[in-house]
Amino acid sequence: MSSETNKILTTDGIPLEESLKKAEKKNKIKAFLLVAPLLLFLIITYVFPIGDMLFRSVDDRMVTNMLPKTFKAMEKWDGKELPDEKVFEAFYFDYKKLVEEKTFGKLATQLNYEKNGFKSILKKLKRKMKKFEEGNYKEQIMGVHKRWANVEYWRALKRRTPAYTYSKYLKGVDMYENEDGKIVQVPEDRRVHKILWVRTIEVAFFVTVLCFLMAYPIAHLLATLPMKYSNLLMICVLLPFWTSLLVRTASWMILLQQQGIVNDFFVWIGLVSDDNRPEMMYNKTGTYVAMTQILLPFMVLPLYSVMKTISPSLMRAGKSLGGTPFVAFWKVYFPLTIPGIGAGCLLVFILAIGYYITPALVGGASGTLISNQIAYHMKSTLDWSFASAMGLMLLTGVLVIYWIYNKLVGVDNIKLG
Amino acid sequence: MSKNSEFVKFDKVDKSYDGKVLVVKDLNLDISEGEFITMLGPSGSGKTTCLMMLAGFETPTNGEIYLDSNPISNIPPHKRGIGMVFQNYALFPHMTVYENLAFPLKVRKIAKDEIDKKVDKALSMVSLTGFENRMPGQLSGGQQQRVAVARALVFDPAVVLMDEPLGALDKNLRESMQYEIKHIHESIGVTVVYVTHDQGEALTMSNRIAVFNDGKVQQLSSPDKLYEEPVNSFVAEFIGENNTFQGEVSDISNGKCKVKLKEGEIVANPINVKSKGDKTTVSIRPERALINPAKKLDNNYKGKIEEVIYHGDHTRVRLNVLGNSEFILKVPNSSQNLDIKLGNIIDISWNSADARALDPK
Repeated sequence: MSSETNKILTTDGIPLEESLKKAEKKNKIKAFLLVAPLLLFLIITYVFPIGDMLFRSVDDRMVTNMLPKTFKAMEKWDGKELPDEKVFEAFYFDYKKLVEEKTFGKLATQLNYEKNGFKSILKKLKRKMKKFEEGNYKEQIMGVHKRWANVEYWRALKRRTPAYTYSKYLKGVDMYENEDGKIVQVPEDRRVHKILWVRTIEVAFFVTVLCFLMAYPIAHLLATLPMKYSNLLMICVLLPFWTSLLVRTASWMILLQQQGIVNDFFVWIGLVSDDNRPEMMYNKTGTYVAMTQILLPFMVLPLYSVMKTISPSLMRAGKSLGGTPFVAFWKVYFPLTIPGIGAGCLLVFILAIGYYITPALVGGASGTLISNQIAYHMKSTLDWSFASAMGLMLLTGVLVIYWIYNKLVGVDNIKLG
Repeated sequence: MSKNSEFVKFDKVDKSYDGKVLVVKDLNLDISEGEFITMLGPSGSGKTTCLMMLAGFETPTNGEIYLDSNPISNIPPHKRGIGMVFQNYALFPHMTVYENLAFPLKVRKIAKDEIDKKVDKALSMVSLTGFENRMPGQLSGGQQQRVAVARALVFDPAVVLMDEPLGALDKNLRESMQYEIKHIHESIGVTVVYVTHDQGEALTMSNRIAVFNDGKVQQLSSPDKLYEEPVNSFVAEFIGENNTFQGEVSDISNGKCKVKLKEGEIVANPINVKSKGDKTTVSIRPERALINPAKKLDNNYKGKIEEVIYHGDHTRVRLNVLGNSEFILKVPNSSQNLDIKLGNIIDISWNSADARALDPK
């Protein structure tokens, strides 16, 4: 009975739902076709590269494919003492093939990431190999260099057996899997990445706070001034935004260097003596100053767009009901700007955490961030899988922040305009 | 305790925003305690500016405002203790109805149970009990309006200002809210200063109405006096409907005057004319002109019916009388015996006391 009555029919006798679907179908297709170019673009330029990056960061098939026989022979080796003749023989033939194909250099690079000193003994082996006689390869290889008789190197080789590895991620947080298969920290003097991670988060956090403190009054002024003044102020806020990032960073270099304008001014007003000019660049100060200035518009604009929607009569109401100007601001105005604060802070923090060019130019050694390290591995060491791993860690970090933000404030409360 | 007749006093108040134009000119206005006074006028007439000066959001350029005999120009808004209902309600959108109402009490550091009591009382006054936990966004326009009224009254202010509070409501709701606000005013006896551009609203609600135009109070009197006895042609034009004749005084004697029009002459009541030769606008309310009355009056003319518009309870008839083709008559629906048809010529009459000779337009 109930199902009979629930099904509403159109006058033609077709169920209403079906009829509605039919009528909406054309619109749905139209809507899909409109977003299709963007969707395709996103898949090609965003989803696919990120997938590739994820894959690259764990992909270790190159070494696996280069030494197929060796890894097969190593399967039975327990890793306690030097492997037997079979492993050495297999390694000899694998390596010989690589030498003939002239791809042994890649192997040397990869194995050197795993353990320092591999490169030179592989090169030496290549030279001596030409005179090798058939049989008893273990003796002959060990004779090339004493490291070939060191079990550590063979263990390092065995660690590269799996086609997929998470070792790059461990390296990103200054850890590694040692010979016993335990995950341990690298020696204290070599923990570079941890410092960079902490510094990146610290810089991003303080830049966000500084941006917020400066942007809030500006945005308020922008939202409340009469049109002719607010337009001018808006242009002042946006002008740097339209200027090339590189130009802005370079102008900060001119301002902040030791013989620069800011230092000249400090000397002139007698704040510092001429022979004791403070270093304001190539350290964290430079990074803070330049990044705050560059990211300021990203805080001002969401704040402005939210403040613009707050009716001035609300503050008046707060005051006429007996609230002091401060109470009216704190209890009425401020809570209403929270969506803008959330959007601005999230935007600035996420941009700051992955900032590259400014810290690279004004950061110096103590002001570089994790993104500079990623770029370094992309360009200089060519360890793309490590760069990918760190890039993904950064991305995960951003997603975690987004998640926390969603839990605390709620994404629905973000307002960008 | 006798009521203070100068509870709120505007004393020679001027206001200019740009130093060139005065939006309020030499305003003198006394409002007595417990009174419901309406500032009525077209937009840009300075009425809202006066309200804002009283609330403390604008400072008078010159002159002084007194509240209970104390000058208040230098007191910031939050210390004036004046309740205000804003045009767009200005409810705090992030607070519940309860929190909105509790806001003025909390900032006055009133104890929690006292706050609860006062909020309850205020909500029941506007018949919104049970809505404490709603957000303003979940209320209809009329309900938001009531919350705004309750919030302006909850801390027992001596004066409540209302700035076109019913402007955003539809006609029926507006009318019922008018009565509701009037009843609240009567029951708690608070002084209300009400700003509107809607004359119907002003006439139904107020004890006295101040008609504003051009930064000046044109007339300050009770609603009936304002309607029946406008003192100048602006008030006559602005309040209610009005038939006008432009002319020149040809004779003035015995409290009556003769006004010469382009076509013919009428007998009128001299209000703003002094002597023979004065230019004048004669104003007659539509309902004061009668069709073929039993008793003869001192103004009798013939008019041709140009248009008949049916309005339900009455019919409006546009006549051509004495060269004025915009002369409107209101004929009650009960008078069926009259021969009102397009093109007919009918006799109309009015009493010279109802034809007010005012200043020329």
